[in-house]
Amino acid sequence: MKVRRTPFDVVYQTTVEVFMVFIFLVVAIPLWRIIMQSVTPIDFAGTNLQALALSPLKWSFKAYEQMLSHPSFIRAAANSTKIVAGGVVTSLALTIPLAYVLAAKTLPGRKILSTFILIPFLFNPGLIPNYLVITGLGLADKLAAVFLPGAISVYNTFVMKSFFQGIPEELRESARIDGASEITVLFRIILPLSKPILLTIGLFYGVHFWNDFFSALLYLNSSSLTPLPILLRNILMAASMNEYVEANAFSEASILSIKAAGVILASLPMVVAYPFIQKYFTKGTLLGGVKG
Amino acid sequence: MRSISRAATVPRRNLWREMVRHRALYILVLPSVVYFLIFKYLPLWNAQIAFKDFQPLDGIMGSAWSGFDNFMAFFKSYYFTELIRNTLFYSFAKLLFGVPTAVLLALAIFESKRPFFRRLVQTITYLPHFLSWIIMYGLLLMLLSPGDGLVNDVLKLLGFKPIAFMTTASTFPWVVILSDIWKEMGWSAIIFLAALLAIDPSLFEAADMEGANALQKIKYITLPSILDVIVVVVLLRLGNILDAGFHQIFVLYSYPVFSVADIIDTWVYRQGLLEFQFALATAVGLFKGVIGMALLVTSNRLVRKLSGSSLY
Repeated sequence: MKVRRTPFDVVYQTTVEVFMVFIFLVVAIPLWRIIMQSVTPIDFAGTNLQALALSPLKWSFKAYEQMLSHPSFIRAAANSTKIVAGGVVTSLALTIPLAYVLAAKTLPGRKILSTFILIPFLFNPGLIPNYLVITGLGLADKLAAVFLPGAISVYNTFVMKSFFQGIPEELRESARIDGASEITVLFRIILPLSKPILLTIGLFYGVHFWNDFFSALLYLNSSSLTPLPILLRNILMAASMNEYVEANAFSEASILSIKAAGVILASLPMVVAYPFIQKYFTKGTLLGGVKG
Repeated sequence: MRSISRAATVPRRNLWREMVRHRALYILVLPSVVYFLIFKYLPLWNAQIAFKDFQPLDGIMGSAWSGFDNFMAFFKSYYFTELIRNTLFYSFAKLLFGVPTAVLLALAIFESKRPFFRRLVQTITYLPHFLSWIIMYGLLLMLLSPGDGLVNDVLKLLGFKPIAFMTTASTFPWVVILSDIWKEMGWSAIIFLAALLAIDPSLFEAADMEGANALQKIKYITLPSILDVIVVVVLLRLGNILDAGFHQIFVLYSYPVFSVADIIDTWVYRQGLLEFQFALATAVGLFKGVIGMALLVTSNRLVRKLSGSSLY
């Protein structure tokens, strides 16, 4: 079937494609800029030229060297990793049973459980009451304070529950008839079938815990526990070298490039995980039944 | 549906047997229930200090009741108008500018005839959603800082004076709104793109045969088909209208722009944790929570009525 291509169509299509390029540039230019800042050496003069240059006119990786070898940075990266590891394990351990039980059609009290979960979701008393609970539990200044309070996300629970509901009930029932206990059914049958959703939700939680800075700001006081986002924030807010680098360290990279390098390094895990995220997030969101 | 009504009408004796049969499930879910009790319900219990003259040394039970004193103190304070105004301003502005941008983006991706562009734009616009606001703060510094920001470099090149975008009250709100759109437009566009992809292609083919041009197709087919989704998204966001983006504003704001940047949550943080006015901050948080809940429930009811699907 041949469709007539009018001049109007040509103009329209060109506008669409130009718009696409425009959007790409709007997002890409700031990202490119910060990459460029991070590899610009300290003695480079002439920021006016730099503004419009397509590539750094002189390269220097000193900022990265300094960041990566700095003990604070290594410690912060380790702390963030511990938080993510602890967080994802705890969250999955708590979310999976909850989602599974919520999806169990024949279980008495399911509605009650559902309401029990939804009430705090709808009504959040705010920062102070939560703060009092967490400090009251003695979690202050412990890494667990960052991931424990947020361990179960109601949204994630319901996404997972939708998924479990999609698994045919007959599978569970026939296993039960064959004498399998509920636990066996969950671990031997349901979970192996649920790899996509487990990965998705695990990723959801992982991203959340890696990026969290506010809980860390509130509850972690020791500098030995500082995770990466807080360290990055401190670096970004530092007006001069002395506020960040130890007083007698001689810095070969400008504070600007160090800030830029810090941002790039902090976002690397996201960028590396991004292909997986793209694959599973879009599927996960659609899987979870956010209907169009 | 069948099994739920069965459980509801089952006589007492069989109900107990059902529960015993499923006892492993109850045990399985126990840790999660305990988690909820500790981390979600205990704070609700703590929230009563909003109605008390809370003295930390006396504890919650030992502090005297003060009724609505804390609430009245807040309502009468000069902050009340400012906070509500700022909170609503940011939420509405982000909604007003963000939703059309996301729809436009989804449309462009949908209409583009170059798969390379589609993949490229999708990939790069989804990414900022996963970056934390601290990283965004770094990005914004690289763009807007008066000394070395890209935007100011360009301004200087054109002969203008540099502007301190993030510390000037008149420009700060736009930094907030535009950076939020920049960060979230790709992610927000996903839902609209999914809706666009769900439109029956034969509708377009029929329109082609009738000789419709591209804009007519959009006006008569595309937009009406995704109108439902747009309405649902807007309603859901309205339900969260009091959450104006605490993490973003907290990271980006500073003393010179408090008057235009302070939203309810940032004020609660400062008054509550930095000034130790626990009871007052809790009262404000509670006030926000109650109104927020009313909004959420209402918007969700509307959504359910309109589309048959809901948040939960």
